[in-house]
Amino acid sequence: MTKVFIPRDSAALSVGADEVAAKIIKIAAKQGLDVTVVRTGSRGMLFLEPLMEVETAAGRIGYANVTPEMVEDLLAAGALSGASHASTIGQVESHEYFARQNRITFARVGIIDPISITDYEAHGGLAGLRNALAKTPESIVEEVTESGLRGRGGAGFPAGIKWKTVLLATSDQKYICCNADEGDSGTFADRMLMEGDPFTLIEGMIIAGIAVGATKGLIYVRSEYPHAISIFNEAIAVANSSGLLGSSVLGSAHEFNLEVRVGAGSYVCGEETAMLESLEGKRGMVRAKPPIPALVGLFGKPTVINNVMTLAAVPMILAQGAAAYQSLGHERSRGTQVFQLAGNIKQGGIVELAFGTTLGELVDGFGGGTLSGRPVKTVQIGGPLGAYLGKSDWNVPMAYESLAEVGGMLGHGGIVVFDDTVNMAKQARFAMEFCAEESCGKCTPCRIGSTRGVEVIDRIVAGEEQSKNLELLSDLCDVMADGSLCAMGGLTPLPVRSALKLFPADFGISVGVK
Amino acid sequence: MSNYSEESILNYLGPYKGDTSTILRSLQLIQELLGYVPDSALDLVAKNSGVSRAEVYGVFTFYSDFRSTPPAKAVVKVCVAEACQASGNAELISGLHDHGYDIHNGSVKDDIQMEQTFCLGNCALGPSVMVNGAPMGRATCDKVLAAAKAASV
Ligand SMILES: Cc1cc2nc3c(=O)[nH]c(=O)nc-3n(C[C@H](O)[C@H](O)[C@H](O)COP(=O)(O)O)c2cc1C
Ligand code: SF4
Ligand code: FES
Repeated sequence: MTKVFIPRDSAALSVGADEVAAKIIKIAAKQGLDVTVVRTGSRGMLFLEPLMEVETAAGRIGYANVTPEMVEDLLAAGALSGASHASTIGQVESHEYFARQNRITFARVGIIDPISITDYEAHGGLAGLRNALAKTPESIVEEVTESGLRGRGGAGFPAGIKWKTVLLATSDQKYICCNADEGDSGTFADRMLMEGDPFTLIEGMIIAGIAVGATKGLIYVRSEYPHAISIFNEAIAVANSSGLLGSSVLGSAHEFNLEVRVGAGSYVCGEETAMLESLEGKRGMVRAKPPIPALVGLFGKPTVINNVMTLAAVPMILAQGAAAYQSLGHERSRGTQVFQLAGNIKQGGIVELAFGTTLGELVDGFGGGTLSGRPVKTVQIGGPLGAYLGKSDWNVPMAYESLAEVGGMLGHGGIVVFDDTVNMAKQARFAMEFCAEESCGKCTPCRIGSTRGVEVIDRIVAGEEQSKNLELLSDLCDVMADGSLCAMGGLTPLPVRSALKLFPADFGISVGVK
Repeated sequence: MSNYSEESILNYLGPYKGDTSTILRSLQLIQELLGYVPDSALDLVAKNSGVSRAEVYGVFTFYSDFRSTPPAKAVVKVCVAEACQASGNAELISGLHDHGYDIHNGSVKDDIQMEQTFCLGNCALGPSVMVNGAPMGRATCDKVLAAAKAASV
């Protein structure tokens, strides 16, 4: 029996993976071939999707950009024994895009059947949870603190400190809330993990529960991710029936239950307190802090809120020890970051590397430059609230502090590449427009200021009283940055200002005007 | 509420009865059943969850997923966020416009509705689109129209 692997990841589906899988099954049946098609996550080399892999004695051999029309030809050429073909990339794990990475959080994504717990365990799953079950809550929190793990949702807050606050709080009920709202343009790592290796996230949430004394977990997934939602629900059902979740986690005295909650098309609901409001069934209005959610969170109870990538890093930390994770990285950014290469890029996808690699290495080394073949003009890192950077930032180490030093923000690790046809005044305008569209409405600078921002940018571009309007825009940005309750209004000035600073000519500003 | 009576909806909402934290989920459930949330359903949710109609209405209007009228047979969501801008979605959007679809206004024609959305999580294979929940990468105007037509029959 030959095993053929085809991703069920949404990105792979978007370019025809289901049709390819169906065609293989159909032809195999017709020709009496002994083939099993296993649906996996994606390896993250999205530019190769649909990527078909065949299990052979020499490892998994890959065939890239397969179409249903190619399948017959591929099978006739001997693809089932790994024979070479125009579309072959050889051993998938030796592909230079893949081999140069340090896959830790994504170690199993694209390899295993996402909802097979047997597969999961065979590839190292549950080792972290088993270790955690032998520890005290305090020492689990200690391990996470020592690993240096920081939140991957945007702010980079140390996970261990957050967990400790929740652990020390006394309450009849505590919660673990996983933020899977992943609203930033250019990001898809959370989705790919949920679709490709959901048990890692489930394991991470259970460990968090044991560490802080929470018995209930909720995962807030955006509605734009129907496939992630259904795969994750399948995984929860498997976890429930196999004793991973429920009243006795792996036969221990610990209880942990998990539920998926779906968003309803609101970017600001990714902000943690707006997410709590939404989880409570209300409008996603941002709450003032303090009190912090760690003390007064969901339904007023102590709550751990972490991003998918943060929680998914935990099983490995518990399995291999804090030191192993801590040994990777750059300055105060420890471990690996799952970078996402997006936009106008030749080789888009997932690149997991230790913090500290350079922007140039990611965009050129991995990404291969633009898809259009034109020069890169700029990249936006960290989603719609992130700064635009240029070629002069190519050697900046990709880590929280070093990016901040050049006015950038890592955010959730998405990198959106633009070629030289982009007009930066349009991008700045879009940033303001997006803020106006998605503002929760609580603060005036964010709600009204963003609309004014669009108008002022329009006037600058039209050449109306440029100096005066530039000053106005600058003032407006100050007011938004200083007078907003959350980063929605607070950081929208970042893309606007960086675009203006790097490419004033796109705003019709001649050199010399401030 | 063509196929559903008040009783049957209240029946579906049964597990949420008296729980004020279920407004959003109740509305989502109704939209899942009917494809939209009719005005009268707001009263049902209010009654069932034990909150005021105003509160339910506030939630209903806050989230962009909710519709107050039945959807077209094919609903096409076109991503307008940055990564898809970078991969040339302007051509797609203007092509759709030429065929009578203004995605910024969610216009409907031939039982196909086209609307804009901010990121579908497929940002490496843009322009990115979703047709009745099915993802499409590297979308072109022709591909989108063909898929929408197929989904609208
Ligand atoms: C407007 C806005 C949107 C956000 N969206 C997300 C999101 O989609 N996912 C996420 O994990 N964090 C998001 N955040 C950050 C969260 O507020 C919060 O910091 C994070 O979930 C905490 O988890 P972490 O410490 O593991 O990063 C957003 C913040 C703001 C201000
Ligand atoms: S900054 Fe904007 S999104 Fe954030 S709380 Fe204020 S109005 Fe709401
Ligand atoms: S920006 Fe279009 S799918 Fe993410």
